[in-house]
Amino acid sequence: MSWKKISLVFLLLIILVYTCFPFYWAIVSALKKAGTGTFIVEYWPSEPVLKNFIYVLNRPAFGSTFFNSFLVSTLTVLFCLLIALTASYALGRIQFKGRTVLLLGILGTSMFPQVAILSGMFELVRSLGVYNTYQGLIMSYVVFSLPFTVWILTAFIRDLPIEIEEAAMVDGANSYVILFKVFLPLMWPAMVTTGILAFIGAWNEFLFALTLTISPEVTTLPVFMASFRGESEFEIPWPNIMAASVLVTIPVLIVVLIFQNRIVKGLTAGAVKG
Amino acid sequence: MADININTVNKYFGDVHVIKDVSLDIKSQSFTVLVGPSGCGKSTMLRMIAGLEDINSGTISIDGQVVNDLPPKQRNIAMVFQSYALYPHMTVFDNMAFGLKLEKRSKDEINERVNEAARILQIEDYLQRKPKQLSGGQRQRVAIGRAITRKPKVFLFDEPLSNLDAALRVQMRVELAKLHNELEATMIYVTHDQTEAMTLADDIVVLDTGIVSQKGSPLELYDRPNNMFVGGFIGSPKMNFISSKILSKSSDATEVDIMGMSKISVSKMSASSSEGDSVTLGIRPEHLVVNGDADGSWESKVFVVEKLGDVTYLYLEKDGEPLVAETEGHSEIKVGDTVKVGFPAGRCQLFDSSGQAFK
Ligand SMILES: Nc1ncnc2c1ncn2[C@@H]1O[C@H](COP(=O)(O)OP(=O)(O)O)[C@@H](O)[C@H]1O
Ligand SMILES: [Mg+2]
Repeated sequence: MSWKKISLVFLLLIILVYTCFPFYWAIVSALKKAGTGTFIVEYWPSEPVLKNFIYVLNRPAFGSTFFNSFLVSTLTVLFCLLIALTASYALGRIQFKGRTVLLLGILGTSMFPQVAILSGMFELVRSLGVYNTYQGLIMSYVVFSLPFTVWILTAFIRDLPIEIEEAAMVDGANSYVILFKVFLPLMWPAMVTTGILAFIGAWNEFLFALTLTISPEVTTLPVFMASFRGESEFEIPWPNIMAASVLVTIPVLIVVLIFQNRIVKGLTAGAVKG
Repeated sequence: MADININTVNKYFGDVHVIKDVSLDIKSQSFTVLVGPSGCGKSTMLRMIAGLEDINSGTISIDGQVVNDLPPKQRNIAMVFQSYALYPHMTVFDNMAFGLKLEKRSKDEINERVNEAARILQIEDYLQRKPKQLSGGQRQRVAIGRAITRKPKVFLFDEPLSNLDAALRVQMRVELAKLHNELEATMIYVTHDQTEAMTLADDIVVLDTGIVSQKGSPLELYDRPNNMFVGGFIGSPKMNFISSKILSKSSDATEVDIMGMSKISVSKMSASSSEGDSVTLGIRPEHLVVNGDADGSWESKVFVVEKLGDVTYLYLEKDGEPLVAETEGHSEIKVGDTVKVGFPAGRCQLFDSSGQAFK
């Protein structure tokens, strides 16, 4: 092996440790007994116990908030992709006045920090009468993931060969047929990537969920996790929190693993040129 | 029946005037080739007929109906793109069936038409493959197949063979000619390759920066070019152009000089010309007579010899003006030899200073 290769492998190892260690640490901590044992540094749990996981799983709100999180995140992804797909077709393919301004505006909205629009969003959700409902949460999440999704999909649609669209027009396809029968099958890589990001965004989101929902029938996992209390106000139940963190991460891992092989490149190979 | 009438059509891209007052009548069932150098507006013409490009003024009618405002699907046309533009996620069968499905044809009819097209184009074995599993030539056939399944009145081809290698190009050219006879459809074919134009066309339209330079049968264009542009564009190697001067005019002929060495009387006239005018004499390499008798002649050293087997090209020069002459395949002439080049008067063309041909 050349030095170049060795240093590359070394660098990758560092990045791997850097990104995976917190998760590893969460697993190790989750397997510890509660109490003072929490503060002993151990890289391998000497007496692993599952009681923290069992504790979390037995909390009645765990099941309902888990379901809420899953429902809200999935619907966020679906709405977000549907809106972004149609928007990006227009933005990527149709020439109209103010298109660049519109695109920059969309990008601009994603620069506002969450806290800056929190109170506005709260008022909006209240006035629409969707406070403490799934719709309210989904709406606010869609608003947040749309700009990024629209940008990525617009860039992707722009890169699709124009002749394919023109061939479809000559074949008699209208805009919907072109979008859903011709473009959509070519856009899976971009759809999956942006969809996963929107899913993770909604899954992890805490601030909006805390503000826009109140009851455990509606609220999501991060809010549930923040509600963990220790025996006294001076104790933070780390092992339980860690066990919950691990459990919460698993669905995201599964989603990524399922879709990773759909993120295939070169789907358009063979469309144009010899 | 599908005559196409194009009436004083103009097209601008922003400020750029790309198609200038073009009028053309294309006969039903004819094979018309639009030819011209790259960037002269051939694709734009074709795309305007297809409805993929708006026109700024004028009218385009297909079959007597003005189609200016009709979308492509209502024009009863099919188009084959230079890049093939196959749907990459669909099988060959689905690619060819797509238009028929959108027309809501029955399953049986779709099967029948696709299989018929596949048979004509000899792609029956690939129907279940995806485009990326095909070679360039096979993709090209699928693209043509997609056009013929819909049985349109008009076929539009935009440089369909330019991505293929030379051997395949010749083969596909022959097949396209056969296809045209078989389908009896109107075909408009864009190419920058004058060989394709000469071999395929009933009518050739030569475009020069957005203007129709000349329209006619291949031999008309070859024998009687309207201007220097057409003369130079049709034929390979190119027509030789020699600067010359009018020595005298008679009632039915114009006498000009050849390189100051010889003179020749060409039976072509131009009313606007007069004695002493500068003109350009045009003659094709294959019409020059090497070391033989002709009406006028000139001697030159040979700079390059190209032996192609069936013919030999001699590259000659006078005052920086190159001249190519064709002679027999097994010529003994070598580089450095001096040859006598004869000009047969009946084969010479004359062009005035603006490039217009003497008639
Ligand atoms: N969409 C377009 N926008 C601006 N200019 C264009 C566009 N399409 C073509 N042109 C210009 O119009 C001219 C003719 O183009 P085209 O018809 O494609 O030429 P050809 O097919 O003969 O090579 C070229 O100068 C080209 O740059
Ligand atoms: Mg072109």
